[in-house]
Amino acid sequence: MIVELGHYALVLALMLAVLQTVIPFVGVKTGNARQIAMAPNIAFAVFAALAFAFTVLTWAYVSSDFSLLNVVENSHSQKPLLFKITGVWGNHEGSMLLWVLILALFGAMVALFGSNLPPSLRAMVISVQGLIAMAFTGFILFTSNPFARLSPAPLEGNDLNPILQDVGLAIHPPLLYLGYVGFSISFSFAIAALIEGRIDAAWARWVRPWTLAAWIFLTAGIAMGSYWAYYELGWGGWWFWDPVENASFMPWLAGTALLHSALVMEKREALKVWTILLAILAFSLSLLGTFLVRSGVLTSVHAFASDPTRGVVILAILVFFIGGALFLFALRSSSLGNGGMFHPISREGGLLLNNLVLTTATATVFVGTLYPLLVEAVTGEKISVGAPYFDATFVPLMIPLLLAVPFGPLLAWKRGDLFGAAQRLYVFAGIALLAGLATVYFATGAPVLAAVGIAIGFWLLFGAFAEVWQKSGLPKAGMTKAIYRLRGLPRSVWGTAFAHAGLGVITLGIVSVTAFQEEMVLRMAPGDTTELAGYAVTYEGAQSRRGPNYTEDVATFQVSQDSDPVATITPAKRLYTARGMPTTEAGIHTTGFSQIYIALGDPVEGTDQIVVRLWWKPQVTLIWFGPVLMVIGGLFSLSDRRLRIGAPVPSAKRRQTLAAAE
Amino acid sequence: MTRKQKRFTVIFGALALLGVAVALVLTALSDQVTFFRTPTELLAAPEENSGRIRLGGLVEMGSVTNAESSGVQFAVEDANDRILVRYSGILPDLFREGQGVVAEGQLQQDGTFLADTVLAKHDETYMPKEVADRLKEQGYWQGDEVSATQ
Repeated sequence: MIVELGHYALVLALMLAVLQTVIPFVGVKTGNARQIAMAPNIAFAVFAALAFAFTVLTWAYVSSDFSLLNVVENSHSQKPLLFKITGVWGNHEGSMLLWVLILALFGAMVALFGSNLPPSLRAMVISVQGLIAMAFTGFILFTSNPFARLSPAPLEGNDLNPILQDVGLAIHPPLLYLGYVGFSISFSFAIAALIEGRIDAAWARWVRPWTLAAWIFLTAGIAMGSYWAYYELGWGGWWFWDPVENASFMPWLAGTALLHSALVMEKREALKVWTILLAILAFSLSLLGTFLVRSGVLTSVHAFASDPTRGVVILAILVFFIGGALFLFALRSSSLGNGGMFHPISREGGLLLNNLVLTTATATVFVGTLYPLLVEAVTGEKISVGAPYFDATFVPLMIPLLLAVPFGPLLAWKRGDLFGAAQRLYVFAGIALLAGLATVYFATGAPVLAAVGIAIGFWLLFGAFAEVWQKSGLPKAGMTKAIYRLRGLPRSVWGTAFAHAGLGVITLGIVSVTAFQEEMVLRMAPGDTTELAGYAVTYEGAQSRRGPNYTEDVATFQVSQDSDPVATITPAKRLYTARGMPTTEAGIHTTGFSQIYIALGDPVEGTDQIVVRLWWKPQVTLIWFGPVLMVIGGLFSLSDRRLRIGAPVPSAKRRQTLAAAE
Repeated sequence: MTRKQKRFTVIFGALALLGVAVALVLTALSDQVTFFRTPTELLAAPEENSGRIRLGGLVEMGSVTNAESSGVQFAVEDANDRILVRYSGILPDLFREGQGVVAEGQLQQDGTFLADTVLAKHDETYMPKEVADRLKEQGYWQGDEVSATQ
């Protein structure tokens, strides 16, 4: 019965989404204030209906209601409670429901926090959100209904794919979706601006917090997914340039560009048309990502079995929104008017360089990801484009940008002083150069590129704080005065510093692992010892254990350095009984920023040996520590005062004069 | 700088960047692309396929052996032919005899295939799409249409 209520709520949500699309739009077009005022309430109602449907599905999972096909296919009564809940979005139907739920959440948030927006703009944004919600709720109901019943109900379910039974995967999809779907707000704002034919600095200020929030979630989501793949798949890799990964990386690149161009628009009213285009692009790439992951048109290492007919429907939705948005853009963008011009060497110029490089880089990722599809469609030849392509295109394009990043914040608006900025940065350049030289000196035989990479990493890390350092007035100003000044800095300055430093930290991690990692595959019998990066690793033997819904063989390795014990590492091979599916649980020990990583292979038949793969991963955790800094930077920036104030309000004094003048 | 000069600088910069990007992409696409081959295709024209290849087919029943000190050996087969693959690493969890596999690497002089990557899948009902397509073309493997579970 309760399941039917959930199903009904989903149908209701579709109907309400139709209203959410039509009523505010008609209201704005006919100037009907009552219809405009209805918009927020309908947005709340859509969210409530979807939240109810989602809760019902979750309840069905928790109570193991095997009369639901979706629960049978993805759950098991013996599964731990946490994974029963996360199993809700560990499958196609449930994850699409989560997708629209988050979409409706964002719509409701605009309705809730948008009271400082002009009512017509808010209504228009809510209407566009309603259209997206309508498309995807319809998609769920007609092609992938999670509430489909099964009769007779089986006694037991098929269990969730074991590699998804993991805390990392519990958080990864919701974070990623919050990011993907968050860009729908900037998209809706862009469409609303195009329909209204009006855009100004205030628009950029309203859009910024939403873009920023989406970007924060996407950053965290991608980093989380990367770490999950690293420890759960047992391949020791953190990024494969795989289509599914690229699908989440492209919106991130476009979103990062959007954050920076919106800054120019907010401060200088320049790059208007470009910012609108980026807002459309960021969400279009999110939709493309959803399509690529859900349709299975591309061969991916992360691929799950998928249903092509659904892909066609998502493709149709994709074409409608992207095509419609670009059509509207072509039609109306000229009416938005030109922004101001600026000197190429200026803050605006720096941000524009950021935008050019990031969008070009996005384009190279786009080409690399979709080229196999094109080739197959044209020639029938099946090819794959892997890491070497991206190393040869994306990386060289990004290097000039990484070198330029520390200059950006030091340049003044309108007209900057490149020489002055360089003067303030030479100390940091010196540190970076020393770090590079030290790399060559200490790591004998280190490739030159590694030294260059380390130098760039330090340049970014320290250069990021150049602006803060300069504003503190240190070392001349003295400590107390400096602290006073630093406390008075706008939060966004700190945001920029942390986010840019995070980029430096990621660079350091990537370069270090790529250049200095050690790897070996060998057979070990109990008692065997091997040498790895100065550590002695001894295999002590394996034993069987039972988990709640799996059995596992756990191997024990003792790690010691100069005969002092350092750690015990216990990698395992698991067999999930419901599906008879084996998984590899890597054993990881972290020392400092580095990790020792051990994965088990199969036992060698007829002996007591086992195949073992060991890695020394120097500074690998920096790759995920960097995004943490970026997220912190984003949060700082989000808490900046000027975003909370919203629309620029004339000062009290000026308001009085205005009132007096009337 | 006049307004015109400013605009020119920006447009020139953008075009230069775009030019570099196009050049990089074209070079990379001409030599960094990996072709997919079945054993039959690969053995029919070994000279043309001397570069990096993704070899796809089914793992021959009973062919998996621990050959070298830390490596494994298995045969990949399609309707007409088979190739011995050598790989020194850990096989993915879902690697099974009689099931689809994609091995990435190079064909050696002695006719064996040296793989540095054997692709794993996240899902036990999953058949690599390219393998499924080719084997169906050959009529060698019908496959159960992948069930609509995920």
